[in-house]
Formats: sequence, C-alpha cells, structure tokens
Amino acid sequence: RKLFSTGTTMPLSTQSQREDEQYVLIANLDNARNLSNILKAITCKDHAIFTATANGLKVTVEDCKCMQANAFIQADIFQEFTLKEDSVIFQINLTVLLDCLNIFGGSSVGGSTALRMCYRGYGHPLTLFLEEGGVVTVCKINTHEPEEPIDFEFSSSNVTNKVILQSESLKEAFSELDMTSEVLQITMSPNQPYFRLSTFGNSGNAHYDYSKDSDMMELFQCNKTQTNR
Amino acid sequence: MQCVVTGGNVKVLGKALHSLSRIGDELYVEPQEDGLALRSVNSSRSAYACFLFAPLFFSRYSIPSGLNFRCKMAIKSVLTVFRSLATLEKTVEKCHISLDEQKDRLTFTLHCKHGLLKTHNLSYQDSESLEAVFDKDNCANVFRAQPRVLVDTVVHFTTSLEEVTVTVSDERMWVRNHVEDDAERSKAMLTELCLAADEFDHFAVKSHNSLTFCLKEFRGLLLFAESTGLPVSMYLDEPGSPVVLSVTDSVLEGNFVLATLSDDHSLHKSNRGADAEQLQPPDDFMNDDMDAYLIAMDTSVAPGPSTADAPTSSLATSRKPPAPNYRTRTYSEEEKNGEEDPGRPPDKKFRSLFFGSVLPPSPQMSTQPVTSQEVLASDSEDETEAE
Repeated sequence: RKLFSTGTTMPLSTQSQREDEQYVLIANLDNARNLSNILKAITCKDHAIFTATANGLKVTVEDCKCMQANAFIQADIFQEFTLKEDSVIFQINLTVLLDCLNIFGGSSVGGSTALRMCYRGYGHPLTLFLEEGGVVTVCKINTHEPEEPIDFEFSSSNVTNKVILQSESLKEAFSELDMTSEVLQITMSPNQPYFRLSTFGNSGNAHYDYSKDSDMMELFQCNKTQTNR
Repeated sequence: MQCVVTGGNVKVLGKALHSLSRIGDELYVEPQEDGLALRSVNSSRSAYACFLFAPLFFSRYSIPSGLNFRCKMAIKSVLTVFRSLATLEKTVEKCHISLDEQKDRLTFTLHCKHGLLKTHNLSYQDSESLEAVFDKDNCANVFRAQPRVLVDTVVHFTTSLEEVTVTVSDERMWVRNHVEDDAERSKAMLTELCLAADEFDHFAVKSHNSLTFCLKEFRGLLLFAESTGLPVSMYLDEPGSPVVLSVTDSVLEGNFVLATLSDDHSLHKSNRGADAEQLQPPDDFMNDDMDAYLIAMDTSVAPGPSTADAPTSSLATSRKPPAPNYRTRTYSEEEKNGEEDPGRPPDKKFRSLFFGSVLPPSPQMSTQPVTSQEVLASDSEDETEAE
C-alpha cells in the first residue's frame, strides 16, 4: 500500500517536495520486518556501517578485525529507493536501529510496520518514520564517521570449495556442537567425508558429516580436501 | 564390541541414559553375554540403577567371546550424544556403538536422515564392576502399577522434597512427604496420599512396613517408565533394606535400588522383631550396627575373581544379624572408622548399599586384619539372581 501519497491526512504526507530534496537517501518499505529480520541476523556487535548504492543497501558488522558479516538488501526490495549520490556511507548503532524498527512491538498480529528511512548526508542523523495502525513514530539516530571495513580480498575466482546447505539442518548441528571444544574444525573434500564439522572437547571428539548426496546439500562444489579451524 | 540400535529403540536407550543421569555423574558400561549393562550409582552409594539391554534389543549385538570389559565415563558426555530426545525420534535411523580398546574409546555413530552422520568418540576409564546385591524374590511386599498411577502420585510433592515415606497395609499404600524431626512437624506442610490396592496391577503385602527413601531417584525411574509405558514393580521390605523398583519387558530390564532409612516414625504397626528395635536406637544412624551393612567399594583397577573370606564375626552375637538377602564384606575397623566420615553428607541419613566387590582387596588393605566379616551368600559369579 502506498503510505506516503499526497492528499491524505497523514502528517508524513505533508512533507513537501522541497523537504524531500534535501535527503540524499530515501528508502520506503511497506513492512519494516523485511529489514529488521535481516539485520537481526548480523547483530553481534553494536555498530554497523551502512553503505547505500544504486544496487541497494549493504550493512556491515565487524568483530575485532577478524570477523565480518554483511547483509545485502537489494534496491528492488524497497517500495521506493532514491539515492542522490553515487554512494552514501555512515556508521550507526545497529541495536538502537533495530529497537526503533520494532518500536510497535515484535508481533505480526496487529499488522505490519511501514518504514520511511531518510538521510540528509554527512553529519546528519538517520531519520526513521514508522507507522502502524495510524500511529506514527519519528526516530532520529545519530550517525558516525564510518570506519574502514576490512577487505578480506575474497575473490570468487580463488574459491576451491563451495557448499550450500539448508540452514535448518545446519542450525540443528550447530546447536549440538560440543562447547567445551576450543575450536570448530571444518573439512571440505571431494571425497569422504565431503563436509564435516568437528569438535574436540573434554569428553572426546565429535564429527558431523554431511554427504554430498544429502538432500540438505543444495550445492556441492569441492575440488580439494581442505581443513580449517 | 559392535552393537546397533535401530528405530524407536534409540529413543529408549536415550531415555534410559537420562534416567541414569538422575542417579549419579558416572555411567558404568559393561557388555555382557546376556546384554549390555548400563549402571550408575550416587556419590553416597545410597542409590543404584542398572539397565540391562538384552541382545534382542539390538538389531546387532556382537561381543567377542570372553570379553571382560567394563568402563566408566562421565554421564554428561554420553548425554551429549542423546541430548535431544525429540530429535532422536525424528531424525535418527540407527545408532552404532563400538569399542576401540586400543584407543580407549567408545564410539557412538548416529545415522540420521538426510544423509547426516554424527560420530562421537568418547574416552572412558577402566573401572571396577558395579553391582548392587538385592533379592527381589524375598521381599515382603510386592506391587506393580502402571506408571501413570505413580506419576500422578509424586506430582503432588514439590521437586525440592527430598524424601517420601511409603507405608503399606493389606489393602492400602500411603505416600507422604518425610519431615525430619518432630519439632518441625507443627510448621511443616504434610501431604499424604492414599492408594487403594485396586489401583495396582498387583498388590501383595506380607508385612506392614513403613519405608522412607529418596524421591529424586524414584522420579528418575518414573521418567523412563512413563515414556515407555512399562509397568513399575516395587519391592518393599523392612525399613533399612533397600526398596527396589523395576521395569521389565522382553528385551530390557531396569532396576533402581534405593536405600531406606533404617528406622522410621512409623504410623502403622511394624512386624519387625522386637530385638531389632532394642538394638537400634531410633533415628541414630551413626551407630556401629550399621557398619555390618557397609561395604567399601574397591577402587583398584585390576580385574580378577573375587575372593570370599568367611571368618567368624565377633560382633555378630551382639547385634541382629543382617537379613540373609544381603551380601556383606567389611574391612578392618580402621577402614570402617575412616569411612564414617565427613565424606557422607550428614543430613542424608542413608548408608551405603550392598555391593559385592568382584575384585580382591587392594594390596594396602590386605595387610590389615579383617576382624568382622560375615559373608552370608555365595560369590557373585555363582549368583544368577543378583539382578
């Protein structure tokens, strides 16, 4: 549904064209849940770097320079995605952003929350207009100078082994991992055991093997036996 | 050793292990000719449980002939293999158990749906044999009930309740929470349930007794019985003698042996001999009379045939002799005194159960004179009804 059409009594819609012009980024989503669900998955640290390009939005979270999580939300997902510059980058507190996106509560029973995200540029806060059931909330979250994200130089041409596994099964396997083990060892191989998760804990070692023919295995492309911890 | 468990039996095995974990921290594994024995005992040796899975429980059960192997491992380690019973039921097709004596490893391999294979290599320690001695056939009172009856009874007691007292008469069984001493009775809440004989599948009372035992371990058995739907048999004898709870079917047998308080503020008349009452002052469990019932677990690792000594007991004349069901072997006075010690939690007034050690006394202990020892039953190897 079009939330911000002119002529309705919604306060948001009285924003004039002129006001819209000062924003370098405008993104509208009919259901904010589509954004919050993805961001929840990468919320392991408070701060995230938002990078907006013509392709869409990329949200990057890093931990101690050794782990990086990226969420990509394509421009097509948004009902409106307007970008006035080639790329817009800022750093923001992800936990606060998620709290705002869920400001009307987490349940989907009452209907969905509509989102309009606006950014004026460097030094300005990120403004969120959230609406549900006729109630509108405006949130302004301070932005910061973005830190340079690590470039892992992960070039797809150098990939030796690649698997795509169904997440439900993998989630179950991860929940059963022996936490007394210091490391998780991942083995990928064109031969047995194909894909193996191993732990070495107090009571002994454990291995979870996925066969390449398993119906949980969506893609299996392994050229070389490789073990990493 | 190679055992394979398939289908629904994997969950039964998992349930048994969860029940055993309610007893003690260690799991004793002993593959025998007549099946795989899994046992556990609590730290104060006042509760013991054993599940024996017959070869037919397995789709394959092969142990090398003459295998004399027993081990123990932390029960937590084994529970990680069988952690989620719901998952076991849904996804595990078969469970393969194998032994690698050279690497001291017991391997559990779960073959699951969707081509997933879970392999757990668990390390173990050599251990002595663990077998409580009890004689169900000679118990005065025998009952059998559907697990639901007992579960519905214990649900009325809080989970923090330590002990329950079960009193039986010809037609009734009373179950109430045990309150420590008279002073607290006026402040405590007393809950008592009465079960009629017709609620049981079998109800045979020869002696009106009142026994107090630990509820937590009783619940451990009920956990297993309820999920498998097997009726629970209860064998109650004199106070002080352990109560035995059993579940049996054609391919498995589970026995929980729980110590009971040796004397009780019985509300109902007891048939015990008067001489026993005189010798044992009420609620005094630290007296020497209990020593006759105590056995030190031999922790030496060397296996070997048990030695049965039978010197006469100089103390036997001054006390009521232990009932012929129980096999006793006590060590020297010094050992006993050393035992009665802070190692036992004082508020838990249960003493050790009756274990026949199948190992010879360790070299240190053999130099001490064994002054009071009365073996009243034959050696464990001859005993076929021990479990």
